Amino acid sequence: MSTIKLNKSSAPKIGAEQIALLEKLSNAVGVSGDEGEIRSIVLETIKPFVDEVHEDAMGNIIAIHKAKTEKSLRVMVDAHMDEVGFMIIAEDEGGLYQFETVGGIDVRSLPAKTVWVGKDHLPGVIGAKPIHLTDKGEMDSTIHLDTLRIDVGKDPGGKVKVGDRATFATKFEQSGSVLFGKALDDRIGVVTLIELLKHAPDHIELQAAFTVQEELGLRGARVAAYGLNPDLAFAIDSTPSFDQPTWDGSENTQYNTRLGAGPAIYLSDAGTLSDPRLIRRLTQTAEKHAIPYQFRQPGGGGTDAGAIHLRRGGIPSVSISIPGRYAHTAVLVSRVEDWQHGLALLYHTLLELTPDVLSGER
Amino acid sequence: MTLELEKHLKEMICLPGLSANEAPIRDVISAAWRPLVDELSTSRLGSLHGLRRGSGSEPRPRILLAAHMDAIGLMVTTIDGGFLHFTEVGGLDPRILPCQRVTVHGRKDIPALIVQPADRLLPASMKGNPPPMDRLLVDTGLPAAEVEKLVRPGDLISFAQAPLNLTGGMLAGHTMDNRASVAAVTQCLAELQTRKHGCDVWAAATVQEEETLGGGFTSPFSIQPDLAIAIDVTFGKGPGAGDYRTHALGKGPTIGWGPNVHPAFHKKMKSVAEELDIPFQVEIMPRHSGTDAYAMQVVGAGYPTLVLGIPLRYMHTPVETVLLKDIARTGRLMAEFITRLEPDFHKTMRWDVES
Repeated sequence: MSTIKLNKSSAPKIGAEQIALLEKLSNAVGVSGDEGEIRSIVLETIKPFVDEVHEDAMGNIIAIHKAKTEKSLRVMVDAHMDEVGFMIIAEDEGGLYQFETVGGIDVRSLPAKTVWVGKDHLPGVIGAKPIHLTDKGEMDSTIHLDTLRIDVGKDPGGKVKVGDRATFATKFEQSGSVLFGKALDDRIGVVTLIELLKHAPDHIELQAAFTVQEELGLRGARVAAYGLNPDLAFAIDSTPSFDQPTWDGSENTQYNTRLGAGPAIYLSDAGTLSDPRLIRRLTQTAEKHAIPYQFRQPGGGGTDAGAIHLRRGGIPSVSISIPGRYAHTAVLVSRVEDWQHGLALLYHTLLELTPDVLSGER
Repeated sequence: MTLELEKHLKEMICLPGLSANEAPIRDVISAAWRPLVDELSTSRLGSLHGLRRGSGSEPRPRILLAAHMDAIGLMVTTIDGGFLHFTEVGGLDPRILPCQRVTVHGRKDIPALIVQPADRLLPASMKGNPPPMDRLLVDTGLPAAEVEKLVRPGDLISFAQAPLNLTGGMLAGHTMDNRASVAAVTQCLAELQTRKHGCDVWAAATVQEEETLGGGFTSPFSIQPDLAIAIDVTFGKGPGAGDYRTHALGKGPTIGWGPNVHPAFHKKMKSVAEELDIPFQVEIMPRHSGTDAYAMQVVGAGYPTLVLGIPLRYMHTPVETVLLKDIARTGRLMAEFITRLEPDFHKTMRWDVES
């Protein structure tokens, strides 16, 4: 039991400390199936704030903040640790490597990028043919993955092996309230969940699940939810904002979410129809505390909630996300205000959560 | 004097200086060259000219070492809901642009990102294909009203990729084209500090090569050299680039051969390299060289020109990759050529030379 005393009376804030932790996590590498670096940072950070913590068979971190009251709600809150990236599949001569993508990466975003390869973050580049040697017609076609190579320089000295992971070599950057970084999907959710653990209310059992392999089909969340057997669940993720202008100047009706419009509450996606009672509770809480929010436009895509809500006899679930542009590329863009509002909404929702949340009809 | 070549190059590739806006890079090159030359001046188009006088009796022959210092990049064309449309400065394949980090030089410098809008926001015919440049956007992440205050059409956008050390002495970054060659000129000037040379050495960091060859056309006109070398990067062998136009990294500079190169100059440079066992490769240039040498050859009454090339992978991307040793060798080769140059060589040069 921790002896650290925290002020739980006011909502947690996104300040320099939280942004520094996001920076550390964004710059760390944790491609799906190889989340070790993220795991160590999370474990080290949450230790003082939790009553129990363990790593399960898949590498999920399961951390419990126990309730101090009887018959309390058991609330799972989930954020995935993994990120999209690459795996080295073959070696060519002279420090050049063939690679495959891990997770949903648009190959159109790959040419001319810097990467880190392996546990030691060996720098490399994914090159591209010079424009001078490219035929005009060629520029209309996508540069295919099998023609791209990771180039780590002439003398790799055995530092790169087939099977090694790689990801974009992106250094996090803050510019006022704008955050640039790789893997904000879902490190922004990871830091949010850590803040919730630090400010956990005493009347519920908070079951924090830092999950693995979300990008490969919600694999970690599936077993985490089974193991935890919660009464209800929240998944925190980063959700794409497609809020750019349309090519012909017509109204953008497919923006998904908008940067600056607050956290996005999921209604339905390809994998989940969110529990209406939880949606209602989130919106009521937001309105009570004047926290801006938006609904993520119903459509495809999904979060860990898709795996969680179907475990055991069914687990009422909802997702709440921080909007971020350019998911699954070298650089995502999010805003501090959206994050702050997302954290506040989750904090107040947990603080005011009572068993009657599930007593109404679904 | 020993030059910290890597540090010098890294400092240069972290700076903007797009064609016709070379002031930021010119200041840094000036600082590097000032202790190595007797005179330093800026031309009317903005090229930097450094003169290192020789010890020979007047009139001394003049050799010009010209490397362009301008960078490729982008320019804002219109602003749409806080996002920037842009055009290119220099030649860019739009397929390498999505997700590149850039700096928008607006009323202040703003970090930003080149982005490819989601397929759903583009014409259906483009689905899954690389969008052309006029469909790409630059995103500062700022609210639209703030962008309107800070950015105007015509503002420049430069690449912001930080340098990256690869294994085997390779360095990646943006604008290695052509700051790698500027570094080679600096290396040459540094080596000449302790060497005796009869001729006057003019070092020029030229402007606007990527757009107009503006520096290449004007600097020789002012300097009136007897010999002129354009130092530029050339295509390195690598993924997707393997034909006769490409040259291996690590096998030294290329010495150009073709109509843009004076045959006697070519022969002489080759003989110096052979004499000293400095590795080099011959670069076949059947037509133009694609460098300042074209401009230098035809300006005024014409000048005898040579092209030295530094092999570079992934040209005109923000991950241009060079081998530092190739740069050092290029600088050394020029220094050795200069110290061996006979005062009457330029007078005896004939186009029809036995090669």
